[in-house]
Amino acid sequence: MNEQLAFTIEVFANGLMAGVLYALVALGFVLIYKASGIFNYAQGVMALFAAMTLVGIQNGQVPFAHLINAIFGTDVHHFGWHVHSFLAIALTVVVMIALAWMVQKFVFKHLVGQEPIILFMATIGLAYFLEGVADLMWGSELKALNVCATETACLPQGMNVWLEGTTYEALGYGFFIDNLDIVASIVAAILVVGLVMFAQYTKQGRAMRAVADDHQAALSVGVSLNFIWVLVWSLAGFVALVAGIMWGAKSGVQFSLSLIALKALPVLMLGGFTSIPGAIVGGLIIGVGEKLFEFLIGAPYLGGATENWFAYMLALLFLVFRPQGLFGEKIIERV
Amino acid sequence: MKYKLGTLAVAAMMAAAPAMADLVFPSLSYRTGPYAAGGIPFADGYADYFTMLNARDGGIGGVMTSVPECETGYNTEKGVECYESLKGGGGLVYQPLSTGITYQLIPKTTADDIPMHTMGYGRTSAKNGDVFSHTFNYPANYWDGASGAINYLLKENGGDLKGKKIALVYHNSAYGKEPIRTLQELSEKHGFEFKEVPVDHPGQEQKSQWLQIRRDKPDYVIMYGWGVMNQVAVQEAANIRFPMENFIGIWWSGSENDVLAAGDAADGYKALTFHGVGDDFPVFDDIQKYVVDAGKAAGAGDQIGTVLYNRGLYAAMLAAEAVKTAQEIHGVAEINAAQMRDGMEALSITEEKMAALGLPNFGPAFDVSCSNHGGDGLVGVTQWDASTKTWSLISDFSATDVDVVGPLIAEDSAAYAAENKIEPQC
Repeated sequence: MNEQLAFTIEVFANGLMAGVLYALVALGFVLIYKASGIFNYAQGVMALFAAMTLVGIQNGQVPFAHLINAIFGTDVHHFGWHVHSFLAIALTVVVMIALAWMVQKFVFKHLVGQEPIILFMATIGLAYFLEGVADLMWGSELKALNVCATETACLPQGMNVWLEGTTYEALGYGFFIDNLDIVASIVAAILVVGLVMFAQYTKQGRAMRAVADDHQAALSVGVSLNFIWVLVWSLAGFVALVAGIMWGAKSGVQFSLSLIALKALPVLMLGGFTSIPGAIVGGLIIGVGEKLFEFLIGAPYLGGATENWFAYMLALLFLVFRPQGLFGEKIIERV
Repeated sequence: MKYKLGTLAVAAMMAAAPAMADLVFPSLSYRTGPYAAGGIPFADGYADYFTMLNARDGGIGGVMTSVPECETGYNTEKGVECYESLKGGGGLVYQPLSTGITYQLIPKTTADDIPMHTMGYGRTSAKNGDVFSHTFNYPANYWDGASGAINYLLKENGGDLKGKKIALVYHNSAYGKEPIRTLQELSEKHGFEFKEVPVDHPGQEQKSQWLQIRRDKPDYVIMYGWGVMNQVAVQEAANIRFPMENFIGIWWSGSENDVLAAGDAADGYKALTFHGVGDDFPVFDDIQKYVVDAGKAAGAGDQIGTVLYNRGLYAAMLAAEAVKTAQEIHGVAEINAAQMRDGMEALSITEEKMAALGLPNFGPAFDVSCSNHGGDGLVGVTQWDASTKTWSLISDFSATDVDVVGPLIAEDSAAYAAENKIEPQC
């Protein structure tokens, strides 16, 4: 196989994989925006908070240990046990549901009917508050994240050797794909199918869609807005946990994890703020687009590091021609 | 009510402000934000050393020390605000801990007659004390790092790098770009092929860069990264099976934080350093006894011996030694910032001095002078052992290429002097 063509295919495939990871973050934004019209600035911090909570529970870390020790003069840091990954994930989901309930109870319940910009500002406040709580609760140090089914069966890292060997034998060039990216793609696919099925075939899902379409009409037929918003924030919390696991497994869990939200913005601009398939397709287009541009033009002619701005430029181009994004609902306002 | 509030405010200010008789070492720390994992151990090491001096020696020269902290979040604007807010407290020396903050503070500290120490970061040409009268960057700077890495590779390759490919993976910022010119010059001098691979902030996604490295197959990769960029780079290098022993990070890419997330895959990764690693030095016994066991540690006491804790402690030790030098020069114990500057400019760190401080061979011996604010630029190499989770120093602190670095410093500082109309001070 022609070497340049092989490289291009490899970059394309890895762009798809990166796109899936971007889409994972974007999904959380879409869920909340679709149901409540709130652009949740705190989604990246939610991923950080979820990942920190997971690692903290796994490692048996005492939450708020520094605060407890400072107030009571104790010296407690760990419970001395290690929690199995699956149980830790389940407990983290419970924490994220509790967080969703608190966010609704103490913040957004009081802001019903306010302008979208007020709601957006509230999420900015929430992001910084949550970051501070995460710091107090689990500490600022970097934590390694490893999700394991058994002692030896953990989230895989590194090159997929089988794929490399097979493609080398067949095409004369061994393609690189990261095992973790493959797992992330499978998880993202399951997540999207699960979310779509939940929205289509469950009573709560249908209520969620009703609220998304017209929350006043939904209220008039007895749908509880409070419940739906708690449900949606819980789902966004779960998506944040999945994104936190996948990104945290790559880099360790640390405060910069919240910056992954920056990768989701062009995906949302491109795919639309209200479409789950849009988030996936948008993620794939951004992932492939930025990687191919970097490979074909950025690195050879522009000195490299073009991915960040190219993703936004690509999204901007789509915005100009289709402001609602690829899959977003067209805004029609009657005068 | 107003009177009560006013009284409370005054009382709070008096409690927060250091006593004027203290030797004050402001700490512009970052314990929060994306880079907190790196900022916390440094701040802890810096504070704990002075706490130990207070408890063990009664301060420095009989004067107690204090370390007021101000949180910068590694943000340049906040860093400048911290400097302005702490300035009135009689700070003797500032350690901005950020190249961005350093650039902003160079003219301010010079105007305020307060010295600044930017150890292993900041403006490299500040080594030229003739131009940068109040900025010090001993014992080594970014360009020493680049030259130190190449010197190490020269040794590894029998003194010959002709035909070798060396890639620089760098944070696409002013900091990350610092070594490029030096490496270009060294590439011409030694005949190796040099390739630049920038990574955009924050560096959470580096697939393109490492696919490029996989294609280009460089013999060695040098990294100038910071924060999450480091952890992702080490993991991605492992993913493409790049040999870790051929991967060398600058000292800001060489802490436990940078390798722990990658687990066993990070085994063999190397990093440059200008100070010792581990806790096998007598000074740590005193830190344990007078600071940790006494419940006075700045943090949880669990960072002792880590790379960045040691760096903070080393910075504090150098500041304390500069105070002693200043006290000798001026014959007073309670020195001011201008006198501290004189102490820093006359600082001499010897093997004997370090051994007496409980830090034998912890760092290179060096001298500072009016024209040389950067010391001798000696650089060592450390290597990570994933099984024991420890760094080991695998080389001596060796000299860097003065013939290449020297003219670059002269050129850059001359441009700064011309731009700011600075007369040579030496």
